[in-house]
Amino acid sequence: MNSAAKITAANLSRRTLKDKLFKGLVLFLSLITISPIVLIIYKLVEKGYRQISLNFIIKTPPNTFEAMTAVSNGELIPGGIANGITGTLLMVVLASVISIPVGVITGIYLYENPGKPLANLTRNISDILQGVPSIVLGLIAYMWIVKPITSGFSALAGSVSLSIMMLPMIVRSTEETLKMIPQSIKEAAVALGVPYYKVILRVLIPTGFSGLLTGILLGISRILGETAPLMLTALGSSVINLDITKPTSAIPLLIWEFYNDPNMVDLIWSSSLLLMGMVLTLNLVSKRIAARTK
Amino acid sequence: MKEDNLNIKDPVLSIRNLSVAYDKGSYAVKDVSADIKRNAVTAIMGPSGCGKSTMLRAINRMHELYENIETKGSLILNGKDITDMPTIQLRRMAGMVFQRPNPFPTLSIYDNVIAGYKLNGIRLKKKERDDVVERSLRDVTLWDEVKDTLHKKGTFLSGGQQQRLCIARALAFDPEVILLDEPTSALDPVATSKIEDLLVKLKENYSILMVTHNMSQAARISDYSMFMYLGELVEYGKTKDMFTNPKDRRTEEYLTGKFG
Ligand SMILES: Nc1ncnc2c1ncn2[C@@H]1O[C@H](COP(=O)(O)OP(=O)(O)OP(=O)(O)O)[C@@H](O)[C@H]1O
Ligand SMILES: [Mg+2]
Repeated sequence: MNSAAKITAANLSRRTLKDKLFKGLVLFLSLITISPIVLIIYKLVEKGYRQISLNFIIKTPPNTFEAMTAVSNGELIPGGIANGITGTLLMVVLASVISIPVGVITGIYLYENPGKPLANLTRNISDILQGVPSIVLGLIAYMWIVKPITSGFSALAGSVSLSIMMLPMIVRSTEETLKMIPQSIKEAAVALGVPYYKVILRVLIPTGFSGLLTGILLGISRILGETAPLMLTALGSSVINLDITKPTSAIPLLIWEFYNDPNMVDLIWSSSLLLMGMVLTLNLVSKRIAARTK
Repeated sequence: MKEDNLNIKDPVLSIRNLSVAYDKGSYAVKDVSADIKRNAVTAIMGPSGCGKSTMLRAINRMHELYENIETKGSLILNGKDITDMPTIQLRRMAGMVFQRPNPFPTLSIYDNVIAGYKLNGIRLKKKERDDVVERSLRDVTLWDEVKDTLHKKGTFLSGGQQQRLCIARALAFDPEVILLDEPTSALDPVATSKIEDLLVKLKENYSILMVTHNMSQAARISDYSMFMYLGELVEYGKTKDMFTNPKDRRTEEYLTGKFG
């Protein structure tokens, strides 16, 4: 009956050994998981840091000849990626302006009408949208914007493809955030005679604000590095362009262009480092916000 | 219920043939009629699930927040049918306090007290606002505890303080009647007795209708008591009479702890 007595010394040491093995395995697998990101950051910093300077942010890229001269003289490649930075910012801002209101309102609708057929359909479509390959979204924006509206490649078309990409994330995070707010908070407002739309705007959204913000930041960090849809929409530009109806550059587009020019290879690393830095910062900031609200 | 022989004159609230169903045909409150005395504490008792909350929530039309809830009968507040009032007016007149303290987490103590004005977009001058906040917090004996931290978030307070804050939020509108749904069931004994003292004091200026699970609480602070069972109002009378001489067998069994 006494099972404690059955645990002999040998038995015990075998258990301890198993325990140690298991812990070792867990540690090993965790290391495998984090090693790619560590290696990536290490490589980017190692190869890219030299190019990073003020000029890198405020100048446009050199032409092939200038780059070739610099490389053959063993100097740093002159110029920077200002056109890419401004283009990325322009398109991300525009994509956010489109997708945040649409996404938040859709999320509120889903939260308010959980069981309605139209809500279920919307939720499913939004989930499917999340899985659509980004190049397909580029094609769609090409058909919707590039041909009929801006009659040519444009920042607007790029933003539309990015906004479709962000949309499902914002819809989801809005709905999930609102669901987490206790019903009692909503009832407290209703019991004060607050009309329903004001309950949503002035109580639920402020209460879930950090959740919404987290979703938006993650959405932005997701589209920051998108390249494929931009190739079919924004195309790229060698100068700084702020006209949304004109072709525009972006950091990932520039990386692709540098890759295709053997003289510019060094710029790939510094551009990637900058892009990676932006994405990581957004991720860390959104994690911070999410943690603070728990 | 049978003949209402309480003879309450000028009631603050008249409940007439009130029935509420969450699902078609199955009533959680069945044909309840009662007059509620002004400037008194009226307790609603009964076993879990007998429809106490459902009845209380019908009084400020909380059920309208959800679809498919059917309400029949009439509720006359201060001589006016509540369905004829705009909801904002009704809810100003009938303030509600919930079982769990629910201050708005994004608002300060100060803003929580005047949330009814703020969220409805009713503008007050700074002086008026300050007055409302101080009066309401004094009413719930919270003023001295929080007067130096009015701009801290309401959720930083203890559970009992939060509940008093929620009562202050209802009082800020200067209501006719305060509806409380088991306001002390989430609180410790000290916080509970503070709220009980407070309710007794508040009845000078307000009429109080309170759901409670706690019979000794009803006995301590209420003037009138209702006993509900399976959605029906089984007995309604002066608390003293009901506790000493219950008329209905079910009331007696409940009060003597035979069920519930
Ligand atoms: N939202 C709802 N949907 C469907 N049925 C409900 C809902 N809320 C309550 N009910 C049902 O209505 C009846 C009365 O519930 P109510 O909450 O009014 O009881 P109560 O007397 O307040 O109970 P308690 O003392 O447990 O709070 C119960 O049978 C309950 O199951
Ligand atoms: Mg209840």
